[in-house]
Parts: sequence; structure tokens; C-alpha cells
Amino acid sequence: MANVKSNKIKSNDNILDYILLVVFIFLIIITVYPFLNVLAISLNDPIDTMRNINFVIPRKFTWSNYAYVFRENNLGQAFILSVARTLIGAGAGVICTAMLAYVLSRKDFYFNKLFTTLFVITMYVSGGLIPEYLLLMRDLKMGNNFLVYIIPGLIWVYNMILVRSFIEGLPLALQEAARVDGANDFIIWARIVLPLCKPVLATVALFYAVGQWNAFMDTYLYAKELPTLQYVLYEIMEKATVKIDPHSAEQVKNSVSPLSVRMAVTIVATVPILIVYPFLQKYFVGGMTVGAVKD
Amino acid sequence: MSAGKTSKEKVIKQKFSMQLMWKQRYLLLMSVPFLIWLIVFKYIPLWGWTMAFQDVRPKTLALPFWQRPFVGFENFIKAFQDRIFGQVMLNTVGLSVLGIAVGTVMAILFALMLNEIRFVKFKKITQTISYLPHFVSWVVIASIAKMVLNDGGMLDTLLHTKLGLMSTNSPVFWVSVVLINTWKEVGWDAIVYLSAMAGIDSGLYEAAKVDGANRLQRIWHITLPGIKPTVVVLLIMGIGGALNVGMERQMLLSNGIVQDHAMVLSWFSYVRGIGNSNYGLGTAIGMFQSLVGIALLFVANKIAGLLGESKLI
Repeated sequence: MANVKSNKIKSNDNILDYILLVVFIFLIIITVYPFLNVLAISLNDPIDTMRNINFVIPRKFTWSNYAYVFRENNLGQAFILSVARTLIGAGAGVICTAMLAYVLSRKDFYFNKLFTTLFVITMYVSGGLIPEYLLLMRDLKMGNNFLVYIIPGLIWVYNMILVRSFIEGLPLALQEAARVDGANDFIIWARIVLPLCKPVLATVALFYAVGQWNAFMDTYLYAKELPTLQYVLYEIMEKATVKIDPHSAEQVKNSVSPLSVRMAVTIVATVPILIVYPFLQKYFVGGMTVGAVKD
Repeated sequence: MSAGKTSKEKVIKQKFSMQLMWKQRYLLLMSVPFLIWLIVFKYIPLWGWTMAFQDVRPKTLALPFWQRPFVGFENFIKAFQDRIFGQVMLNTVGLSVLGIAVGTVMAILFALMLNEIRFVKFKKITQTISYLPHFVSWVVIASIAKMVLNDGGMLDTLLHTKLGLMSTNSPVFWVSVVLINTWKEVGWDAIVYLSAMAGIDSGLYEAAKVDGANRLQRIWHITLPGIKPTVVVLLIMGIGGALNVGMERQMLLSNGIVQDHAMVLSWFSYVRGIGNSNYGLGTAIGMFQSLVGIALLFVANKIAGLLGESKLI
């Protein structure tokens, strides 16, 4: 009797597995299909695209959309700017975050409590858009200066806390041993702590890099003369809403449509991140779950 | 070991002295520059809140702080009486409540499904793919969303209908925004719930199995109660951020047609502050948003405490 009951439970339980399988396949499709569709349109002959936009394999393959956007939309410069801000912003962010996190992990540091509190407060209260805008544009004159991409958002307090709690989990004995050997605090940080922090620094580097690569508002507000890829894509979208006639003479001559142009830029603005993130998955999943933001 | 412990206790009760500062000079050198950075980029804007009580326009902006005309709460009154203020508040709160409700339920559901499925490889692939939209910028998401959802877009041609998801000037637009947001973030948000589920004592499941509970019963009686503290903490944080609906997403997803139902507080602050060059008014709107946010955080925290849940602060 008991056996029959448990068998019944088992078969019901297995049905659940297959239901889940179907649901997951559906979820994968609705996540991936739009991206594949964009990719296919960007690689498809623009005139042919106008027939029907629902496809995931290019019907008439061409690189012409990409050639067009790099030629006409100054995409080369935007690409370089995006790469530059990502590398410099993430590099500087990681180093500065790690340095500050180390100091604030040192319980014996006289100002530990004060500094930590000052940093954490800014997670909950901020001056808001207008004071920040006036500070950067009027007082510091950072408008259309590359530094406006790097310095105001140099350290994210959340990331600092992630790194700090990681450092606090490291054995203190290593630091003590180095101190006995006469190393100063900077040397201890650079030689002992930093190499041990690689996993959490990989997480934080990914967060900064993604933030930098995807940033759009700072260009929109402060540096329209330094357009990044995201901003160029935004401008193309805005132009499209002004309704360019898809059959205008110039467009037909160049054999592009606003949609193919937009899709090509969308792909250029997406692909670098998509290549990187799957490899860092184990780091960021760990980072998300270890770093309980509580202070 | 014990020596290390006592030295640790000693240093906590240290007194200020120049010798100590000299001893910790490297720590100071490694942190004071960042403190200066913090004061310049985070605390000086907070000082900028004083503008909310002044009439600050391009003319008076150059004046020193004490020479600008002081207007008391006039900017706040002007903001509340603005002809679109009511609609802006409605949009902000509507989008938040809908977003938190749908986002939380979907993330928990997705985490539950990931937790339950036994095909390990398949689970991993699904998870990796589910993170994908989280890493993509809002500009790209908007570009894709407009291709898919605009009139005559992918979805319309697929279903041979006209859904008008991005061109109906009504709360339908909120639903579109919330669905797009959920599509983008559900995989990422599920990470936290999934790790909370991993932390549940597996002995509980074994005991339930022995008692003859099936999988759905185990989910209902063990998994969901097990992640309740996490849900509460995230809900408190969500309520605290209820007015902080980002201007970026709203600006990018909307268009002229749905403007009335897309405008949120942060965007309103920008439009009045920078667009109309009334810096005092813009600052007042931003300050209102920030203060109400903090108040909501405390209230939600208090309620959680009264209901016997774990509190955030």
C-alpha cells in the first residue's frame, strides 16, 4: 500500500520535470529569439528585410549594413570611446575600490567607522540630478571632457562593500606575517591582499565594465560631443521616430533602411558584453550571493 | 593565536595621537583621496539641496549662496501644483508597485523552477541565457523592444494583429514597461532567491519525503517559508526605492504618443530643472523624491519588524 502511494508520488513528480522542461524551452526562445532576429536583420539585405521581418537566418546575406554604419555614422570613433571608457573606467574602478576596501577592512584603522559610515550614507541619500549636473557642468567644467565618464562614478559603494567583506574573510595570519617581515600597509595590500582577491575583483571588474559599456545618461547629460556606441544608437533611434522615408532616394541608393542600420549598431553595442559575461558567470553568481549588503 | 586576539582588542580602544596617525600613514594615504572624492561628488551635491529653498535660475546661479533670493517652500508648492504633478506621481507609483509585484513573483517562480528541475545541464544553459538581457544596455533593450512591440513590429506581424503596446497612451504602457523590465531582469533577480533556497536545510526535505509530501507540497511548506526572510528584505529595499524609477528607462522606451504615462519623478525633475532652467524647482522635486524614499524605507522596515519579520536596518 505504502509502496503504491510512493510510486504514484514519483510519477507525478516526474511529470513536473517534463512540464518544467517545456516551460524552460519557451523561456529560452522568448529570451533568445529577439536577439537572433536583430542579428539576422543586421546581416540581411535591407530591401529584402522590408518583405517580412520575422526570421532568424539571413535570407539574403550581406555585410553592407555594417560597412554603412562604420562609414556614415562615425561608428569607429564611438567604438574607440566606448572601449576606452570601459577599460580605463573598470581598471581605475577596480584598483581604487580594492584599495579603499582594504583600508576599511582594517579594524585597527583609527577612522574606520567614520569613513565607512560616510560612504554607506551615500547609498541611501543622494543630492539628485540637478545639483550633480550643476556641479559637473558649471563648477568643475567637466562637460564634454572624457574624465566625466571616469571620475564621478569612480567607486560604487556596493562594490566596495563586496570587496571588503571578501577581504574580511581572508585569514589574517598572512598579513601579520608580512608585517613581522617589515612590510608596510601599502606593500601588504599590493603583494598579499590583492592577489588573494582575484575572484571578487573579477566580479567587480565585470560590474564596472558592464556599467561603463552600457552607460548612456552621462553622455546624454554631459558629453554629447563624445558620443559612445550607446549614444549613437540612441541618436539613430530618435531619427527613426522622426520618420525617415524608407524609400527616399539616398536611402535606396545606399541600399540601407533605417531598421537595418539600427540593428547593425544594436549588434555592435551588444556583442562585446555578450562574449565576456558567460566566462565570468561563476564569479558574479558567487559575488551576488556572498555580498550581503548589511552594515 | 591568543596574542593576536589581545592585540586586536587593544587597537579597537585606541586614542587619537600624532604617533598613531604616523603609524597609519599608509592607510591614510590609501583612503583620504577617496574621502575627498566622496565629499566632492556626493556630499557637495547634497549641499545643493539648499537650492530647493531658493529661486535659482541662470541669472541668479552665479551669485554666492547667501545672496540668492530665499523663497521658503515656494518651489515645493509650485511642484505640487504643477499641472502634470498628479499624473507624474501616479505613473511613478503605478510603475513601481506593478514592477515590484510582477518582478518579485516572476523571479521567485523562476528560481523555484530552476531549483526543482533535475536536468542539470539544461538548468545551467537556461540560467546562463537568462542573465543575457541583464547585461545589455537600456538603449539596446529599447532598440529591440521597439522592433518587437511597435505597431507593425515583429509581434504584430507574427500574430497578425495590432496590439499597440508601445503606442497606447494609457496604463497599458506601464504594463509594457514592466513586462520588458521583467524580461530583462528576471534571471538576474532569481540569483538571490536561488541562493536562499540552496541554504535551506536538506534534512527538512528528507523528513517531508518520509512523511509522504509530494514536490508541490514540499515547495509550499518548506521552500517558500525558507526564502521568506530574503523576500522581506528585498521587498523593504524595493519599497524604499519606490519613487526612484529611473529616467533612463522611461525616456528610452517611451515616445511622443505615450509621454503622459511615461513621465516619472526623476524625469520631471530634469525637465523642470534643466529643461526649463528652474534649478530651484528641479532640486525641490529631486529632494522630495529622495526624502519620501527614505521615509518609505523606514516605514517598510518598521512594518516588517511589527509583523515579526527580519528587518533590514
